Amino acid sequence: MATTTTTFDTPTPRPLIGYGPLRRLMRAPMAMVGLFIVLAFIFVGLTADWIAPHDYDLPDFSMARKGPSPGHLLGNDEIGRDMLSRLMHGARISLTIGLTSVAIGVSFGVVLGVLSGYFGGFTDLLIMRLIDIMLAFPSILLAIMMVAFLGPSLQNAMLAIGVISIPVYARLVRSSTLTIKEESFIEAARALGGSHFFILLRHILPNVVAPIIVQSTLQIAAAIQAAAALGFLGIGAPPDVPEWGNMIQKGRAYIFSAPHIVVFPGLATMFVVLGFSLLGDGLRDALDPRLK
Amino acid sequence: MINYIIRRLLLAIPVLLGASFFVFWSIRWVPGDPAVAIAGELATPELIAQVREQLGLDEPVHVQFSMYLFRTFQGDMGKSVKTGVPVSSEIARRLPNTLQLAAASLVLSAIIGIPIGVFSATKPNSWFDGGSMTFALLGVSMPIFWLGLMLMIFFAVLLPKWLDLPGPVLPPTGSGTWKHMVMPTIALAANSMAIQARMTRACMLEVLRQDYIRTARAKGLIERLVIYRHAFRNALIPIVTVIGLQFGTLLGGAVLTETVFAWPGIGRLLVEAIGFRDYPVIQGAILVITVGFVLTNLLVDVLYAYLDPRVHYD
Repeated sequence: MATTTTTFDTPTPRPLIGYGPLRRLMRAPMAMVGLFIVLAFIFVGLTADWIAPHDYDLPDFSMARKGPSPGHLLGNDEIGRDMLSRLMHGARISLTIGLTSVAIGVSFGVVLGVLSGYFGGFTDLLIMRLIDIMLAFPSILLAIMMVAFLGPSLQNAMLAIGVISIPVYARLVRSSTLTIKEESFIEAARALGGSHFFILLRHILPNVVAPIIVQSTLQIAAAIQAAAALGFLGIGAPPDVPEWGNMIQKGRAYIFSAPHIVVFPGLATMFVVLGFSLLGDGLRDALDPRLK
Repeated sequence: MINYIIRRLLLAIPVLLGASFFVFWSIRWVPGDPAVAIAGELATPELIAQVREQLGLDEPVHVQFSMYLFRTFQGDMGKSVKTGVPVSSEIARRLPNTLQLAAASLVLSAIIGIPIGVFSATKPNSWFDGGSMTFALLGVSMPIFWLGLMLMIFFAVLLPKWLDLPGPVLPPTGSGTWKHMVMPTIALAANSMAIQARMTRACMLEVLRQDYIRTARAKGLIERLVIYRHAFRNALIPIVTVIGLQFGTLLGGAVLTETVFAWPGIGRLLVEAIGFRDYPVIQGAILVITVGFVLTNLLVDVLYAYLDPRVHYD
């Protein structure tokens, strides 16, 4: 008589992070590269005071325009300040600009988008025409215009960069809201007597968070690029602030004799923008696999 | 379709009016008296009074705006605070240079970006695909003014050194000859080249998944014809749209490129005017670039309707 043996599959260990978006994100190597760059950037930005090897603002005229050396790994700038320390402090400024302008863009853009999509009709028409007018300007030009008239300063640069991102959020949130408001749970909430405010806050907003997160990641990249552009044009941060675009502008005069002053801030900008873009793309694929 | 085009044209009018209002209003963001801002800080009280009367600053806003529009339509955008030259003639002198640069960049980006995208899509996940898409990502990520400066270092320092030449291969700044155009064109084109390559690849991959491509292959058509006659022609419509939209973006990007290469276009005019707080010039330059941007987008929309017979517009 044949003996039957029953074998049991050894249960596969439960994955630590489940099968959700986070797992999809972690399986995308490019997104992980992006995440690594972003985390490194944030770390440097937060700890610049402690990890910068030198005082970022201390000139040393004997070292002016000197290239990379063991004492100053990325060389010295036009008045002998340590480039690496300045870049590290610049990371903090870029981070601040990125976050502040995204905060401005999100707060206005989301409110406008939700109101426009949810109420429709005249509200929608009015808000969307306003957004169309803002989109009539090439975005960098709108930022330049605002800073030129408000006066050049870091605050005005952040404000301008935030304002140019409002249309992106407004359109994104409006289109998501238009889809969500047709769902049956919204109808149910309304049938149960939920007020507009309650429905917007409890049912619509939580459902538009994912696209906002994705867009914000990409928007930080755009903000850092725009801030560098304004700095380069001399209408962003004040001249002595180690903002990366500013540093490139200052180093321009010595581009042929001391190219490192221009090369490193540009590389820093490029990699950080790349990091946020890769992470943003990865997040979009992870949060909404249909878009892949 | 005629209806669609007419409606699209009509819709552009409020947008243009709104944008003009924005530009008109911007002078009021300047701290202090708009008349002083327009006449210049060194202006005499008489001149300031004259500007005030000319612009109707004592009138209600809608009257002022109507006057502004009326003057602008007649080509009167005021006078430069710095040079006293009419803003419109200064813009007319500079605009052709910017258009030339933007058009050259658009052509360059299309003839390089599109073939790269097509080739990447036909060999997805190959080394060429990986390499070109990485380059495209870097192209989108790098600041265009920085790329301009890197090109300067390359053509004026590194290349002469490697080739043992006495001077720069290309003149780093200025205008006048075709040689002056090479670097600004490359710098301005890089970003849209990258965008077009990525867009073309995505559109081609989408089209290559369609049933009619499978049918074309199943009937034994050679791959080259499948790619170019069946896939590429269908992918071309969104690509053409992106190229059209890029032109407007290039007009904006020209501000940075022209500053780097001292290219005498409208973008450089704008940046110089910002330095001198020459507000009439700033307003004029921004208005002209913006109107150009809106009109290009409008043209692209109309072209899209014309090119794609599948799209119906109610």
